Amino acid sequence: MLITENILVALAGLKANIMRSLLTMLGIIIGIASVIAIMTVGNSITIMVNQTMQDLGANNLQMGVMQKSQNNESSDTGMNYGEGYVRELEDSDLISQEMLDDFTTEYKDNIQYVLLTQDIATRWDNAKVSKGNTSANVNLQGLNADALKFKNLKMISGRQFIGHDYKEAKRTCVVSDKLVDRLFDGEYDSVIGKEIEVTVSGNYYKYYVVGVYEYVQESFSFGASDNPTTDIYVPYETARIQTHNQNKGIQYCDLVTTIDTNNDEFATQVRDFFNIKYYSRNDTYEVVCISMTSMMDSMNSMISMIQLALSVIAAISLVVGGIGVMNIMLVSITERTKEIGTRKALGATNGSIRLQFITESVVICLIGGIIGILAGVGLGTLAVKFMGYEAAVSVQSIVIAVGFSMAIGVFFGYYPANKAAKLNPIDALRYE
Amino acid sequence: MGDNTMLDLRNIHKSFFIGTPNEFEVLHGVNFHVKEGEFVSIVGQSGSGKSTLMNIIGALDRPTAGEYTLDGVDIEKAKDHELSILRNKKIGFVFQTYNLIARTTALKNVELPMMYAGMSKGERADRAKMLLEEVGMKDRMHHKPDELSGGQKQRVAIARAMANDPAIILADEPTGALDSATGRLIMDIFHKLHEEQGKTIVLITHSPELSQETQRIITLKDGTIMGESTGTWQGLKVKEDA
Repeated sequence: MLITENILVALAGLKANIMRSLLTMLGIIIGIASVIAIMTVGNSITIMVNQTMQDLGANNLQMGVMQKSQNNESSDTGMNYGEGYVRELEDSDLISQEMLDDFTTEYKDNIQYVLLTQDIATRWDNAKVSKGNTSANVNLQGLNADALKFKNLKMISGRQFIGHDYKEAKRTCVVSDKLVDRLFDGEYDSVIGKEIEVTVSGNYYKYYVVGVYEYVQESFSFGASDNPTTDIYVPYETARIQTHNQNKGIQYCDLVTTIDTNNDEFATQVRDFFNIKYYSRNDTYEVVCISMTSMMDSMNSMISMIQLALSVIAAISLVVGGIGVMNIMLVSITERTKEIGTRKALGATNGSIRLQFITESVVICLIGGIIGILAGVGLGTLAVKFMGYEAAVSVQSIVIAVGFSMAIGVFFGYYPANKAAKLNPIDALRYE
Repeated sequence: MGDNTMLDLRNIHKSFFIGTPNEFEVLHGVNFHVKEGEFVSIVGQSGSGKSTLMNIIGALDRPTAGEYTLDGVDIEKAKDHELSILRNKKIGFVFQTYNLIARTTALKNVELPMMYAGMSKGERADRAKMLLEEVGMKDRMHHKPDELSGGQKQRVAIARAMANDPAIILADEPTGALDSATGRLIMDIFHKLHEEQGKTIVLITHSPELSQETQRIITLKDGTIMGESTGTWQGLKVKEDA
C-alpha cells in the first residue's frame, strides 16, 4: 500500500522536473539500449548461423584430408582444409574410391549417405542462363547420387539422374521451376530434352534438361524476389571433368549419419579408421572429421564471447548512469530536507522514508530501463535488417535488463535514501 | 473535562554539544503538566528555550535528564521507531510555516498521517474529506499548496494535525506568518476544536496577547518556568455575543 503511494509520489516528482529526470535517465537509457541492441544482433546472427547449418544438415559430418598439425593433434575446428602447404597434395594423399568403399562397408550401419559435391558456380560467380533478353541467376553444382537423394527434391516433371548419367558423365541437368517460369513460360513438360547454356565468368557450359524440381526458398535468404538464384544440378562426374578436377581421389566430403549415431563419437571413429589404416605412413597429411554439431557449438561459443565482451563494455555505461541517478537523488534529498522533516513529524519511520527514496530511484531506473529496451530493440532490429537478416529479439535479455535496472535503482538509491532516513527530524524541519 | 494528565514533564533538562567545550544547557529543570481537554499556552521570548521544549513535547527530541510521559507513554525509554509511531498517533503538529508537502493536493496532505498509520485508502480519503470540510476547505481539497493562501494552508495543516485523532495538538506559532484577520480565523478553529471536541491543545507563542486566549499560560524565560497564570478568554460563544 505504501509502495503504490510511493510510486505515485515518485512519478509526480519526475513529472515536476521532466528535463532533469530525462537527463538523469539518459545514462541508464544508453546503457540498457546498447546491451539490448548487442544482444539482439548477436542473437539474430546466432539463429541465422544455426539455421544455415541446420539446412546443411545437423546430422552431417565433414571429413577431409588436411595437413598434419605441428603438435600432431588434429584440429577440432576443422575449418581450414588444406591450409599451409608444406608438400603439395598428391593423388596418393587423397581418399580413393577404394578407401571410401572400404569405409562405407565397414560402417554401413552408421552411414546413410556419402555426399560428394563439386561446385562449378557458387552464388558469388554470377552465373546466368540467358534466353533472348531475359536471364536467370543460377548456381551450378555437381552432385553424386547420394547428394542428390539427400536434397530430397520434389520433381515436377522429367527425372533425376540415373546410372549412366554418372558413369558416362553425361551433360544432363536438373533445373528449378522458377528458371522454367522465367525462361520457358512455365512449360515444365516441353522443356525436357532442351539444351540450355550457362555462362560462368566468360565460360559456357551446355546441358540437356532432364528434370524440373520445385524450388524451395532457403530459410535465410536475402529477401524474396521474383528472380531468385536457383540451383542447377549436374552429375558429379560431369562437374569434375568440367572443372578439370583430374585428381584420382577425394579431398573432402560430407557424411550423413543414421539417426542412432552419436556424431561426436563417430567422428573419432572415422578419423581413427582412416588414419590408422591408410594414413599411418603419410608424413604430411591426415584425415580429419568433425561433426556439424561441434562446429555449431564452437561457432556459437565464439559469438557468445564477442557478445559478452561488448555487453561488458556497454554495462560500464550503466554503472555511470547509476552514479548519475545517485547524484540526482542526493540533490533531491537536500532539496526536500524540510519535506523529510515534516514527514517524520507526521509519523514516518526511518524505514518508510528509506523506502520512499529507494522507490523513487528504482522508478527512475525502471523508466529509463524501459525506454532503453525500446530503443535497444529498435536499434538492434534496424542493424540486423540492415545486414539483411531476420531480427530475433532475445526475451531473456529484456528480462535481465529490467531486473538489472531495478537492481541499479536499489544499489545507487540506497545510500541517498539511507541518508534521508537518518536525518534528524529537528534539523530537517528547521532546514531552509 | 477529565482529570487525566495528558502531558507530564518532571525536571526536564536539555543540553547541547554534550561532552564538548561548547556544552550548554537550554532547559534547566522544567516541570509542568497538561490535563486532558486543556488549552494551554507556553509563552517566551526567542532564546527562552521554547522551541527546545516544543521539540521535547512533540517527541522529536529526547530530554537530557528528567521524565516525560505523554498520554501514559514514557518518552525517554521509547526507541526511535516507537517515537515515530507516537508522533503519528498521539501528536498533531501545526507549524508556523505550514509544512505542507508540495506537489501533492490538500487531500493527500491530510491523508499522509493516516497512510503512515496504515489506514486503508478508502477510509483515509473519507476521513480526510470530513476533516477538510470541518475547517472549511472541502471545495479546495484538490488544490496543491502553492495554489492556496496562507490561511488556507494553515487550515489544511490543522486538518492534517487532526488526521489520527491525536491526544494533543501542538501548535508552534500557528498565526505567526498570517495577517491578523486570518490569524483570528485560525485561532477560532483551535477554540472550536477545544470547546466542541474537547481537544487538548498546547500553543507555543512569543505573543503574550495570543496566550491570553488560552486557559492557562506557562511563561518560559531562560530555560525555566517563571510562572503560570490564567487567560482571559471566555469562550467562542461569549465572543460572538459581545
